[in-house]
Amino acid sequence: MPFINFRLATVAVAAALIAGSALAQKKYDPGATDKEIKLGNAIPYSGPASAYGAIGKAVAAYFDKVNAEGGVNGRMIKFLSLDDGYNPARTVEVTRRLVEEDEVLLMFQTLGTPSNSAIHKYLNTKKVPQLFVATGATKWGDPQNFPYTMGWQPSYQSEAKIYAAHLLETKPGGKVAVLYQNDDYGKDYLKGFEDGLGDKAKTMIVARASYEVTDPTIDSQMVSLRASGADVFFNVTTPKFAAQAIKKAADLGWKPVHYLNSVSSSAGSVLAPAGLDNSMGVMTAGYIKDPTDPQHQKGKDWDDWVAWMKKYHPNGDLKDNFAVYGYTVAQTMVQVLRQAGDNLTRDNIMKQAASLDITLPMLLPGVNIKTGPDDFYPIEREQMLRFNGKSWEGFGKVYGR
Amino acid sequence: MKALGPRGLWLTVALLVLALLVLPFLVKNYRVFQFNLVLVYAIAILGLNLLTGFNGQISLGHGAFYAFGAYTAAVLMDKAGVPYWATLPAAGLLCFGFGLLLGFPALRLAGPYLALATYALALAVPQLLKYKRLEELTGGVQGIVLVKPDAPFAFSLLGQPLSQDRWLYFFTLAVAALMFLLSWNLLRGRVGRALVAIRDHPIAATAMGINLPLFKSLAFGVSAAITGVAGALGAITVAFVSPDSFTVSLSIFLLVGLVVGGLASIPGAIFGAVFIQFVPNIADDISKSAPSAIYGVLLIALMILMPSGVMGVLNGAWARLRARGS
Amino acid sequence: MDALLHQIVSGLANGCIYGSVALALVMIYQSTHHINFAQGEMATFSTFIAWALIQAGWPYWAAFATTVAISFAGGLLLQRLVLRQVEKAPVLTNVIVFIGLLLIFNALSGWIFEHTLKSFPSPFPKDSVLASRYVSAHELGSAAVMLGVLGALFVFFRLTPLGLAMRAAAQNPDSARLVGIRVSWMLALGWGLAAAIGSVAGMMIAPVVFLDPNMMAGILLYGFAAALLGGIDSPLGAVVGGFVVGVLENLLGAYVIGTELKLSVALVLIVATLTLRPNGLFGKTVVSRV
Repeated sequence: MPFINFRLATVAVAAALIAGSALAQKKYDPGATDKEIKLGNAIPYSGPASAYGAIGKAVAAYFDKVNAEGGVNGRMIKFLSLDDGYNPARTVEVTRRLVEEDEVLLMFQTLGTPSNSAIHKYLNTKKVPQLFVATGATKWGDPQNFPYTMGWQPSYQSEAKIYAAHLLETKPGGKVAVLYQNDDYGKDYLKGFEDGLGDKAKTMIVARASYEVTDPTIDSQMVSLRASGADVFFNVTTPKFAAQAIKKAADLGWKPVHYLNSVSSSAGSVLAPAGLDNSMGVMTAGYIKDPTDPQHQKGKDWDDWVAWMKKYHPNGDLKDNFAVYGYTVAQTMVQVLRQAGDNLTRDNIMKQAASLDITLPMLLPGVNIKTGPDDFYPIEREQMLRFNGKSWEGFGKVYGR
Repeated sequence: MKALGPRGLWLTVALLVLALLVLPFLVKNYRVFQFNLVLVYAIAILGLNLLTGFNGQISLGHGAFYAFGAYTAAVLMDKAGVPYWATLPAAGLLCFGFGLLLGFPALRLAGPYLALATYALALAVPQLLKYKRLEELTGGVQGIVLVKPDAPFAFSLLGQPLSQDRWLYFFTLAVAALMFLLSWNLLRGRVGRALVAIRDHPIAATAMGINLPLFKSLAFGVSAAITGVAGALGAITVAFVSPDSFTVSLSIFLLVGLVVGGLASIPGAIFGAVFIQFVPNIADDISKSAPSAIYGVLLIALMILMPSGVMGVLNGAWARLRARGS
Repeated sequence: MDALLHQIVSGLANGCIYGSVALALVMIYQSTHHINFAQGEMATFSTFIAWALIQAGWPYWAAFATTVAISFAGGLLLQRLVLRQVEKAPVLTNVIVFIGLLLIFNALSGWIFEHTLKSFPSPFPKDSVLASRYVSAHELGSAAVMLGVLGALFVFFRLTPLGLAMRAAAQNPDSARLVGIRVSWMLALGWGLAAAIGSVAGMMIAPVVFLDPNMMAGILLYGFAAALLGGIDSPLGAVVGGFVVGVLENLLGAYVIGTELKLSVALVLIVATLTLRPNGLFGKTVVSRV
C-alpha cells in the first residue's frame, strides 16, 4: 500500500543519510587518532628463536618508509614491537602491556604457535584483532570461534597437502621418509602430508624421524631414514637443519625425490651452504620471491625492494628472505589500514581484513591475497618450484584456492 | 638518630600491610598482573634459596620444579576439573616427592658437579614435556590453555572492581605470606642451623651428629615443593603452560634473582623477584639484545662488589644506622 | 648392517665435536679446578671473530691463527681482570660468575653479529681421496686436528716444566707458591689456553652445524657429559668420552629410545657417571684428608 511504502521509503532514506554521515565521521578505538595508529607486536629478539627477530626489524623498516611518504590516510604508524624471547609466558605479559598500557589498536604479526596460543583467548575476549600471525598453523583461520584472529602465510597443512597431491600424481608407488622438527611446526606439516595422502599414508610413509632444535646435527636421523629404503624424502626442517639434511643426503649417496618445506627454501641461506649441486632437483612450494634467485633480481618490483632495503633497512641482509616476508606482510597491513579509511574501530579493521583481494609485488606470479567472512586464510596459493642448480624454476601449476 | 621503638616498628608494619592490600585498586589490571608474577617469582626464589643459599647445594635446575608444579596444576585443572586452589597442595606434594628423589643422587655430588647435573636437568625439561607418550596428558608442544578463576564475590574499592587479576593478587599474596612464614619458622630453629652448618662445615656437622643425608635430601624436597607451588600459581596467573615457557633461561633467572636479593636471606627473595620481573622490561627499551647482557654484567658485578645482594647492603646500612643511634 | 656402521661412524664424527669441547673444559679444570659453564659461548664468540676476518678477505689459515691468538689473549685477560676477583670465593660465587659470562658472551654474539645463520668454511678439501661414503673430508680433518690438540696438551702437561707448574698450581696453590710458582699467572695461562682450544673447537664445529649465536647451546651439554665420562682431569678421557657419547647418542636414538629424548640421555649419562664412577674412565681418584 502506497502509504506504508512512502513511510518505508522515508525511513530508508533517513537511515541511509544517518549511516552515510556516520561513515563520513571518524571512528576510533583505542590506539587510533587523527595523527597516528598504534600497532602492537611480540616477536623473539633474543633466545633460541632470535633469528626471527629479523622479521620484526623488516616490518619496522617498511613502516618507516610509509611514514616518510605521508603515512596511511594522513596518519603515522607507530609500531611497538617487544621481545618475548619465544617464551609464551612472556608473550602474555608483553601483549597485555601493549593492549592495556600502551593501548594499541591491534596486535600484528606475533610469532610462534605456542606464543599465539597463549594470547588467543585473551585477545578475542578483549576484542582486539590478532592479525596476520607469523605462523602457518591451521587453527588461526577459524572465524566462527575466534573472529578476531587471522593468519597470513599459507598454512603448513595446506602446503603439505600440495606435496602429497603432487606425489600421488607423479609417483603413486613411492616410499616416503619424513624428517621433521619435533614441535608444532614440524608436526603440523606431517599431519597435512598424512591427510593429503589419505588412506595411502600408512603404506607410503615408511619412516619418520624427528629432531630437536637443540640437536647439533641430524646425521643419525638421515642415516636411519636412508636405511629404510625410501625413495621420496619430505624434509620438514628449519634452515640450519635443512642445509645439513641436503648435504648429508648427498654425502650418503642418497638421491630421493626431495620435497623441501617452504620455510627453508632460501637459495642463499640454505641451498648454497648445503651445496648447489647437492640441491639439484629439490622441490618446494613457494609464495614469495626468493631474493637470492637471479630470475627475480630484475624489474621494477625488485628495484623498489632494493631501494627500500638500502634506504630504510640498511642493516638488513639483501639475501635474507625474512626481509621479503616482512616487507610483504607489512604491505598487507597497510592495505587493511588504507581500506579502513577513517573508521578505525577494531571491528572495522577485522571487516577490512576479511575483504582483501590484492596481489603484492614480492609475491610469486599467480599468488594472491584473498579473504572473505568465511575465509580467514589470506594466502592459499603456492607455486611448485624445482631447483635447477642456479635458481628455483616454476613448474606445474599454482595450487590452492 | 633514634632507632624506631617497638611501637614505631608495629606502625610501620601495619602501614606496609595496608599499602599492600590497597595497592591493586590503585593501579590498572595489567600492573596487578605484573605484581602477581613478582609474588610468584618471590616464592620460587624462596624455594631456591633454601637449597642453595642456606644449604649450599647449587641448583641450576629449579626451573624443572617450577615446570613440574605448573604442569601439575594445568593438568589437574584442565583434565580433572580440579578447582585452582586445590592444585597448589597437589603441586607441592608431587614436587616434594620429585625433589626428594633427586636429592638422593645429589648427595654424592659436590658443588660444581651438582650445578652441572641440575643444569642438564633444566636443559632436558622442555624435551621431556614434549615427549609424545605424554602428549595426551601434557598437550605436547601446543601446551594447555587454562581458564583464569573469577573472584568468588563481588567487591569494589576506589571505584575499581575485584577483577580476576586482583583476586589472584590477594590469593597469591596469602600463599606467599604463608610460604615465607613457614620458611622463616623452619630456618630459625634447629633445622635452619643444621642446614647452614652443613653448608659451611659439612665434616664438622657430621661429627656433631647431624644426619647429613637426611637433611640434604629433605632440603631438596622442601625447596622443590615451595618452587613447585610457585609454578602452580604461575600457571594460574598466566593461564597457559607450554614446554617453551620452561627453558633453562627460567632456572638461570631464578638464580639471578636469588643472587640479587641476597643468598640466605628470606626477604631478599622479594627484591630478587622485582628485579627479574621488571629489569627485562626496562632493558627492552634500551636495546633488544640488552637484557641478557645486563643480567650477565650485573651477576658478575654483584658477585665481586656486593656478594650478599641487596639484603646484604640493606642489613649493613641498617646496622650502621642503629650503631649510630645508640 | 650398513646402517649400523653408518650410525657408529656418524656417532664418531659427532664425538669429535663433543670431544673438542670437552678438551677445553678439561683444560680449564686442570688449571683451575673449576667447571666453566661459559665455555660454549666463548667458543662461539671466537668463531664469530674468525668469520668476520674471513668475510673481510683474510685467507682461512691466517684467520684461524689470528683467532686462536686473540682467544688466548682474551682468556688470559678475562682471568686477570674478572676471575681473579673471585678466585678465593666459594664455589657458588664462581658458578654464578660463569653463568654471567655465558649470558654476556651470548648477548655480545647476537648483538654484534646478528642472529641470521651463517656458513663457515672448512679448510679441508671436499674431494679428498680419503673421504668416503661414510665420513667426509672435514670430519676426518677435524678428528685429526682434535687428536693433534690432544697430543700437544699431553706433551705440554707431562713433559714441560710449565705444564707441571700449572698442574701444581691447580692442585695445591699454597705449596706451589712456596716453591716459587706464580700461581695467579698459571691460572691466567690456563684460561688463555682453554679459550684457545675452545676457539679451535668452534672453528671445527661451525662448518657442520652452521654459525649462529646459539650454536653451542645443544653441544655444551654433550661436551660436559663427554668430559665427565672420560674424567674431568684427563685430556685423553675427554676425547674418548666424546667418542663414546657420540656413538651412544646415535645408537640409542636410532634403535632404542627414539630421537625425542636425546637430551635426557645426556642427563642420565651425567648423573650416572657422577654417582657411579665420579672420576670417569681415565680420571685419577683424589683422596681428601678430613
